[in-house]
Amino acid sequence: MEKFNKLTGIAAPLPLINIDTDMIIPKQFLKTIKRSGLGANLFDEMRFTQDGQEIEGFVLNQPAYREAQIIVAGDNFGCGSSREHAPWALLDFGIRCVISTSFADIFFNNCFKNGILPIALPKEAVDILMKDAEKGANARIEVDLEAQTVTSSDGEVFAFEVDAFKKHCMLNGLDDIGLTMEKAASIDAFEAQAETARPWV
Amino acid sequence: MSPKTIYDKIWDAHLAHEAEDGTCLLYIDRHLVHEVTSPQAFEGLRMTGRTVRAPGKTIAVPDHNVPTTPGRDDPKNMTEDSAVQVAALDKNARDFGIHYYPVSDIRQGIVHIVGPEQGWTLPGMTVVCGDSHTATHGAFGALAHGIGTSEVEHVLATQTLIQKKSKNMKVEITGKLRPGVTAKDITLSVIGETGTAGGTGYVIEYCGEAIRDLSMEGRMTVCNMAIEGGARAGLIAPDEKTFEYVKGRPHAPKGAQWEAALTWWKTLFTDESAHFDKVVTIKGEDIAPVVTWGTSPEDVLPITAKVPSADDFTGGKVDAAQRSLDYMGLTPGTPLSEVKIDTVFIGSCTNGRIEDLRAAAAILKGKKIKDGMRAMVVPGSGLVRAQAEEEGLAQIFLDAGFEWRLAGCSMCLAMNPDQLAPGERCAATSNRNFEGRQGRGGRTHLMSPAMAAAAAVTGHLTDVREMM
Repeated sequence: MEKFNKLTGIAAPLPLINIDTDMIIPKQFLKTIKRSGLGANLFDEMRFTQDGQEIEGFVLNQPAYREAQIIVAGDNFGCGSSREHAPWALLDFGIRCVISTSFADIFFNNCFKNGILPIALPKEAVDILMKDAEKGANARIEVDLEAQTVTSSDGEVFAFEVDAFKKHCMLNGLDDIGLTMEKAASIDAFEAQAETARPWV
Repeated sequence: MSPKTIYDKIWDAHLAHEAEDGTCLLYIDRHLVHEVTSPQAFEGLRMTGRTVRAPGKTIAVPDHNVPTTPGRDDPKNMTEDSAVQVAALDKNARDFGIHYYPVSDIRQGIVHIVGPEQGWTLPGMTVVCGDSHTATHGAFGALAHGIGTSEVEHVLATQTLIQKKSKNMKVEITGKLRPGVTAKDITLSVIGETGTAGGTGYVIEYCGEAIRDLSMEGRMTVCNMAIEGGARAGLIAPDEKTFEYVKGRPHAPKGAQWEAALTWWKTLFTDESAHFDKVVTIKGEDIAPVVTWGTSPEDVLPITAKVPSADDFTGGKVDAAQRSLDYMGLTPGTPLSEVKIDTVFIGSCTNGRIEDLRAAAAILKGKKIKDGMRAMVVPGSGLVRAQAEEEGLAQIFLDAGFEWRLAGCSMCLAMNPDQLAPGERCAATSNRNFEGRQGRGGRTHLMSPAMAAAAAVTGHLTDVREMM
């Protein structure tokens, strides 16, 4: 996983609430056995017509946002299916951070496994950053994971919360499985005890 | 000892390690695997030279992609990319020595129907799968939830998950349900009340007389959609109905182990005065047969209501509701019972069990579907299908004009050839009405199997109580 420390980039505004993982990456693109290449179909049905033409009005098709690295979105971003193809598609497009008032649980966890930082902020802060994002390429939002701050293009600073363990893994690009395997002795001990307590499992 | 919820008890019994910052390793008893969210995880194991830690606790079945028409065990009858995913699951199951039910096996079906049916899912277990509807297994008093592919790889390699504990939420359905009201109406009504983010950060315990009165099939329907309410998991304390359902299943404990298991399972209830961080109470008698009108599972109304207007909402929901109405092609003020339907889909991990097929068949018996209607039943597993044939249900569906398909996820998410065309309107017993969910431009109304059967007959959304 790529490390995440500081990011200064263009933010694309997606003011819709309940953006679900079917919108982020429709099911026909889940028939892959790879993690890469999904960016071409990110938000496919909102971004392209059925015959593959770009839909002009969609934010990521506008010249100012083609290089966006941040998305500012409405409430409950990433609801629905557990498909990790959603963060894979975002990452492959170049998105490293999503800012919203709230995230669906599984999507939120999936982001951290892929070096994407989901930031939950109060509605007032998201509203301000949404307005900032609407300014297009002239407005660059700065995200600092170490300091846990988001800074608008006007210099307004918003602090955010992040789980200490997840932050540590993101900052250092750590592999969860490797970390867990260091605790193999605890897992062995638990398994032995559970085997006695609940042998039917 | 302080009083505990059932979630607290299962959590404590599976805690393999707790770090100082509260990050926990939760031991996983059952890992269910399907073809869509697992190939990258197995590839990860191969690339790092890791193995599956507990193959005996890992169960794989192809369901999302598979066609539901005859001849599907020949890869030539699948699209190329689907065949590649199914072949990858075949190979991964063989290479890593995990339990496997191929499409040619009568026990194949939707992973969340196969698990309970085969007795893999037991009370008090931790159950995960790379699929959000893993919440289904909570009906047994198990802690069950969906995970992403990176977590699938983590569980394969370590049999644990890195977790922080969720908060406790209680959803109580008091009293009795009225005639024509089912488990699906309960679970949709709860989401209608709490919203799709109402459960975010929580594990829900469903309780109350109306929940106790449900069969195991009905309880699975309720828990299945906990994720649609945003919860990590939903569960129901096990009782005699649970034990009765589990007893004698192929992988359920037998003999002395059954007795030992039963003794522990009977301790899996929420202690009196245990703390819940959030409580929602709904009177069973207030729940009506419901349908969804929009593109979020929270867009729920009684069938007797009218299509709402965007002005009926506030905040971000105003724009979302207008977008839904445009996508669904609905005019505010139209009675929902006048909305015409092109297609009916009965199936999915929400409503693809035998009781669901019985409920739909009871409405369809001796009737025909509306002229021009496309209607299909996709049983949740090969065994459900066989039982429905034995009970004469299949013949009722066929006589009514339904297609009688083989088991799989099918049109719930339309990854196989069963899809809606743009603008096609479907009465569906599945769990998601998102834009494009059942096919690009397709319009989905969620409802119970009996309501879907009624719509198939009349050709429009219908109050099933008028046909009972």
